[in-house]
Amino acid sequence: MQYEFLPWLTLFLPILSAAAITLFTLKHRNVSALLSIGAIVIGFVSTVAFIVANGWITDETAVNWLSIGSLHIDFGLKLDRLSEMMMLIVTGVGGAIHIYSYGYMDADRSKARFFAFMSLFTFSMLGVVLANNFIELFIYWELVGVSSYLLIGFWFEKPSAADAAKKAFFTNRLGDFGFMLGILVVWAALGSLNFTQLQTVLTAKPAALGTVTSIAGLLIFCGAMGKSAQFPLHVWLPDAMEGPTPVSALIHAATMVAAGVYMLCRVLFLLNADALQVIAWIGGFTALLSAVIAIQQNDIKRILAYSTLSQLGYMIMSVGLAGPTPAMFHLTTHAFFKALLFLGAGSVIHALHEEQDIWKMGGLRKKMPVTFFTFLMATLALSGVPPFSGFYSKDSILGQALDQGNDALYVVGAFTAGLTAFYMFRLFFVAFVGKPRTETAGLAHEAPAVMAWPLRVLGVFTVVGGVIGVSQIYASQFSPGKPTESFAQSVIDPLAHPFGTTIGFVFVLLGIFAAYALYRDAVNDPLPAKLGGLATAMKNKFYLDEIYEKTVIRAHDSIAAVMDWIDRWIVEGFCIGLVRGGTDFTGRALRLLQTGNLQTYAFLFVLGVAVVLYFVLMK
Amino acid sequence: MNVGLEQYLVVSFLLFALGLLGVVMRRNLLVIYMSLELMLNAANLALVSFSRFNNKLDGQVLVFFIITVAAAEVAVGLALIVALYRKRQSAHVEDLTTMKL
Repeated sequence: MQYEFLPWLTLFLPILSAAAITLFTLKHRNVSALLSIGAIVIGFVSTVAFIVANGWITDETAVNWLSIGSLHIDFGLKLDRLSEMMMLIVTGVGGAIHIYSYGYMDADRSKARFFAFMSLFTFSMLGVVLANNFIELFIYWELVGVSSYLLIGFWFEKPSAADAAKKAFFTNRLGDFGFMLGILVVWAALGSLNFTQLQTVLTAKPAALGTVTSIAGLLIFCGAMGKSAQFPLHVWLPDAMEGPTPVSALIHAATMVAAGVYMLCRVLFLLNADALQVIAWIGGFTALLSAVIAIQQNDIKRILAYSTLSQLGYMIMSVGLAGPTPAMFHLTTHAFFKALLFLGAGSVIHALHEEQDIWKMGGLRKKMPVTFFTFLMATLALSGVPPFSGFYSKDSILGQALDQGNDALYVVGAFTAGLTAFYMFRLFFVAFVGKPRTETAGLAHEAPAVMAWPLRVLGVFTVVGGVIGVSQIYASQFSPGKPTESFAQSVIDPLAHPFGTTIGFVFVLLGIFAAYALYRDAVNDPLPAKLGGLATAMKNKFYLDEIYEKTVIRAHDSIAAVMDWIDRWIVEGFCIGLVRGGTDFTGRALRLLQTGNLQTYAFLFVLGVAVVLYFVLMK
Repeated sequence: MNVGLEQYLVVSFLLFALGLLGVVMRRNLLVIYMSLELMLNAANLALVSFSRFNNKLDGQVLVFFIITVAAAEVAVGLALIVALYRKRQSAHVEDLTTMKL
């Protein structure tokens, strides 16, 4: 392996920049921003250089970090196609978002703090990607949680942002608790936490985990459930929209939510058929549920948030269908077009002075051409229209469902694709086409160049991302025997299962036409009138937050109240009170003996001596 | 009457008991101090009588040391009492109760 230091450099530059900003340049907003951008761009360049020098190398570099008894933990980097591609995505898409943020956050007085957090986040995510064992992964995993807390709650003066940050952190912790248990189960059963060693052990002896295989798999999935926001732990993600828009782009596209899917692909060898079945259905259900909810959202960022949930559902479903290649393929293309969508939404919000309601937008095509066209491309890609990148990746997931003979999940996936097209074009028609609905929308202007260029670059990848061989790179890792496809082959790849592709595409077209018919000239939303109570339920996210509030949180509160009572009265009052009160009382009683009179002391002293003498001499 | 060890020890005990009584009962620090010396000398007397009784000089040597140390101790003790008197204008033990809370 040549230039071994390059991945280390990529990993540590962001944390160095975060430290430098925090310690030295907090007063200089633009210097801080440039430090942070520089760190991630150099990271991207050195990743590219590393891959150019070594090819898609599979290797590991590690230093021993701690050894306790039989437990050996490395601080190491695991380099293979999976992690190298993820590094490219995190630094590449993340870099575009960093550059965009330079413009977006220009008016914010805490720009320096923002970029310090962004760098911390990038560092944590790169750590998750590169970790070569569970403990290291878990540490970075938690760091991602912390930095997402900082970023979501960036505008902490707003109570809603502070609440959202807390919610994200707690929900993630809930999943991470399961994840940690899973790691412990694996360690207890196999005695190792290194991914390569685990894989060797499990390949040699698939039943090595014994009866706890399913449990271990599902516990580890809990972690992914939290980070990748799968039902029932998905509730934090829509609320995380309280953060600045580039944060949403970073969390939702290239980094945090991708971590769960990535981790599952990394430890796929640990998951048995039962666990995969559960994972697939949870993914499918999340995809469908959030697509349905997205239909009736009016906040531009919330629609995108639910679409992220839905697409993550696809990825998780694909992992559950034993298809890490389609999952990672979709993750990659999704990173491109979802980052683009969020950044596009960001420049719309920026242009309309923090307006996020799509019903107060409209007619932005002439005012914001770059945003308009890139947003259109990303919408087409997300909806799965050929030949955009999203079409290829989504189709490969649907193909995976058919290959596995899981027709039910195929139908869920295809139907959700139709819903996706519907809600995305609803957003598109309402926000960008037609006439401006408000005065501010009429006065909108295009974003500055520093924000427009990342849009253009991401736009290119959104269009061609499906056919530039991303899928082949993953495939050669996960299914090494398969022959590599040429460019032409990858273009016509979806035709391998023409029936499935056609059905999926028909759903997409139906969705687009339905959106066109309903929302082309709509002044307000026609759906509530048609769907009645269902639309209200969708708008209120099927009352899931309220249900959690009434059940989980209420139950938790009552347990907490009981514990508080026990602590206050039993522990503090009775146990501690008795000891404290007893000591106090005895002390007061004994104090009476201390007269302060010298002669009393002398007398007692002599009395004592006399008693001792009596016992020594007379007995 | 043959004066033997027992008689000496009885005198020594009486001296010691008188001294102790003085320490416990008297109020004036100076008197208490003299009583203390009395107890010390009761011990000296016992040592000398044992020394004589056993025909060994160890006890007498020890008594010389005790007398020397007692002289030094008296110097220090009297100095303390004088200093205390200057500070409190009193040498009575009832007035010395600052050790009580």
